[in-house]
Amino acid sequence: MPDIKFRVKRQDPGDNNNPEAHWEEYTVHYEGENLTVLEGLFYIQEKFDGSLSFRFCCRASVCGSCAMYINGAYRLACQTNVKHLDTDLITVAPMPHLPLVKDLVVNMDEFFAKYEYVMPWLVRHSPDPEKEIIQSPKERKKIDMPVDCILCGSCYSSCPSVWSLGASLGSKSEEYYLGPAALLKAYRFEVDSRDEGGKERIARWNNERGIYRCHTIMNCVEACPKELNPTEGIQWLKRAAVRRKLFRKAK
Amino acid sequence: MIHHDVIVVGGGLAGLRAAIEAKKAGVDVAVLSQVHPGRSHSGQAQGGINAALGNHPEGRDDNWEKHAFDTVKGGDFLVDQDCAVQMAKDAPGVIYEMDHWGCPFSRFDDGTIAQRPFGGAGFPRCCYGADKTGHYLLHTLVEQAYRLQVKMYVEQYAAGLIVHDGVCQGVVAYDMIHGGFEAFTANAVVIATGGAGRTYSNTTNSLISTGSGMFMAYYAGVPLKDMEFVQFHPTGLYTTQILMTEGARGEGGYLINDKGERFMEKYAPKFMELAPRDITARSIQIEIDEGRGIGGKGYVYLDLRHLGAEKILERLPGIRDLAIHFEGVDPIEEPIPVVPSQHYWMGGIDTDVNGATVMPGLYAAGECACVSVHGANRLGGNSLLETIVFGRRAGAEVVRYLGSLSDKRPNARTAFAAIQTMEQKVEELGARKGTENAYELRAVMTGVMKEHFFLFRDEPTMTAGLEKLLGVKARVKDINLRWTGSVFNVDMIRTMELEGMVDLALCVAMGALARQESRGAHYRTDFNTRDDVNWLKHTLAYYQPDAAGPRLDSKPVTLGHFELQERKY
Repeated sequence: MPDIKFRVKRQDPGDNNNPEAHWEEYTVHYEGENLTVLEGLFYIQEKFDGSLSFRFCCRASVCGSCAMYINGAYRLACQTNVKHLDTDLITVAPMPHLPLVKDLVVNMDEFFAKYEYVMPWLVRHSPDPEKEIIQSPKERKKIDMPVDCILCGSCYSSCPSVWSLGASLGSKSEEYYLGPAALLKAYRFEVDSRDEGGKERIARWNNERGIYRCHTIMNCVEACPKELNPTEGIQWLKRAAVRRKLFRKAK
Repeated sequence: MIHHDVIVVGGGLAGLRAAIEAKKAGVDVAVLSQVHPGRSHSGQAQGGINAALGNHPEGRDDNWEKHAFDTVKGGDFLVDQDCAVQMAKDAPGVIYEMDHWGCPFSRFDDGTIAQRPFGGAGFPRCCYGADKTGHYLLHTLVEQAYRLQVKMYVEQYAAGLIVHDGVCQGVVAYDMIHGGFEAFTANAVVIATGGAGRTYSNTTNSLISTGSGMFMAYYAGVPLKDMEFVQFHPTGLYTTQILMTEGARGEGGYLINDKGERFMEKYAPKFMELAPRDITARSIQIEIDEGRGIGGKGYVYLDLRHLGAEKILERLPGIRDLAIHFEGVDPIEEPIPVVPSQHYWMGGIDTDVNGATVMPGLYAAGECACVSVHGANRLGGNSLLETIVFGRRAGAEVVRYLGSLSDKRPNARTAFAAIQTMEQKVEELGARKGTENAYELRAVMTGVMKEHFFLFRDEPTMTAGLEKLLGVKARVKDINLRWTGSVFNVDMIRTMELEGMVDLALCVAMGALARQESRGAHYRTDFNTRDDVNWLKHTLAYYQPDAAGPRLDSKPVTLGHFELQERKY
């Protein structure tokens, strides 16, 4: 049935003959009413150019592989039906402000290093009970939002505080910003009634690389394809930092 | 060359759980994964994970024995009963452990882990976190892997095993980010690469569920077991086959045909929509085939409207989002069009209860393995359980195995040779100037599997399907690799894996043709009853380099706990 034009940002930094970024256009044909951007990319791969690189896995918006910058917004390629974009030109670029591997694939090493830095795991000091740790539905509700994060990187790529401070961990370790995804993860454990790691973890987010670099620009909220609210989590952490200082509470 | 004591191939639930177990024992272990572990297919699981915790008011009398029995009966008695018993006994412990590690399970009012009814189960024993249980379990294990500093090699595509004198000593992998092949030598390898759902065109599985670990082991001479048993989930979305969890029916959802009838009444009067998946899927297909699909079309409705907005938003928010995004239907307002869709691979690498294969040093766990705890049909909620139970057991077994080794130096020459073999293979692929397109051949193969090896099978249909698969296999050798660049070469991976997928498809086809009975998910219209006299046995498929298909053999099923009985629901 319909044809639709895809404009895809291409770049292979390792190709000595053509290392520069450039745009290429393809006409994608599809049957029926529905075409996701991810299906369009596979079509291009198949019909036009086997060298096109992009990440993919679940094609059901739960794995976080295919976050890209599509028609001026952060979207999961698999979740984006072209008909909802209401245009006949689909523009696909890699997530900006991240080091490029090739075409639509960005390097996520820093992203995961920062994730790891905030101690994104449940810390326990009490001996484990024989059965589950009791957690009321009300307590469980507090982690509803942050546990749905799929670590796609959209919020991180969208955050001006991340851009302005560079993405580098390593040598400039005093200057980087952890970013919304890592802080949302810290929040996820800080609000978990089972967690006992408040004392250790706070040093990881309550510092010059952490919560104070968030200026509530709220790009992350707009970018999140799962409609989560990292800013809310970060604001909670800011309040918690003050509360803990004032009342000398561990959590 | 990179060396670790243990290499785990696959970063999903089974792989991570194996790695964590080995790491906790102080072993140097690394995980190799085609995607970041947090993106693994395990994360797509929705409904829950079975364990007889007895938290549900109606489940107070539940216990491991009843769980094991339901599993054996659900598997139509092809289950190795000692293994099912082991899994059911291990289940509560591993669930509590996941809770202690922070898994965000949903909760009952008393603060215990919430449980819901699931298909084929006598009690509500399926523990869940909304309808995102796989995602929650997976992220919990990823977090623990980071905590324990398990080494992870991310975006490495494992392409072949390194075998020296019949002993597994590592894998060769393609480094997608930096390009090129690298040998990862080890004293033990655990394969945990998941199922092969992508051999079917109509699957709920992730795009990376290609069975790569299965054919890697198969090519190394390890037999694949019970490959003819493929599970079709009753409810995939009509247009995309994206999974609509069994939990939707566990929470009370109806299956409705064109006449507005809850047709399961005819097929499973007692269990209704919560009959085992093979029975429910066939029932749906009969309705469709007999013209009672909605508007005479090829789907039925999964109706959740009577559950009300509050329950749907609380218990099934994920599938609501999926139905809206991918089918344009809000389950609060409208019923969801669904079709039976390939979902799970009961067969796989033949292992014992501790993940050991016939090859020293090689272990397997999760969907790529066949223990067998699922027999001819897996019960919902048992696959997540399998990953964690048998991942853990394989990890522990590997530690024991390492302790028993006197010589722990993998042969460097063999490892180098394995890299070279792979490099030559790719070079040859790039140079061959073939005429076939990998995408087109993939579409042919997946279409054949859907048309010829689906819910209802018979000899003429399957024979025709087998012929077509052999045709595909012959053409695979002529695929033209269009790009030979080294970084993130999707084309190369998809070309390499296609060859393996065709061989797995042939195992399904030949196993299904040979098995002249109906059992669980393998239903033959020309042999429509279970035949315990001749076929109460596992199929083994061995790779034959010089033949088109596998050599088939068999081995007995372990009985001893539960009497054989007719399967009625």
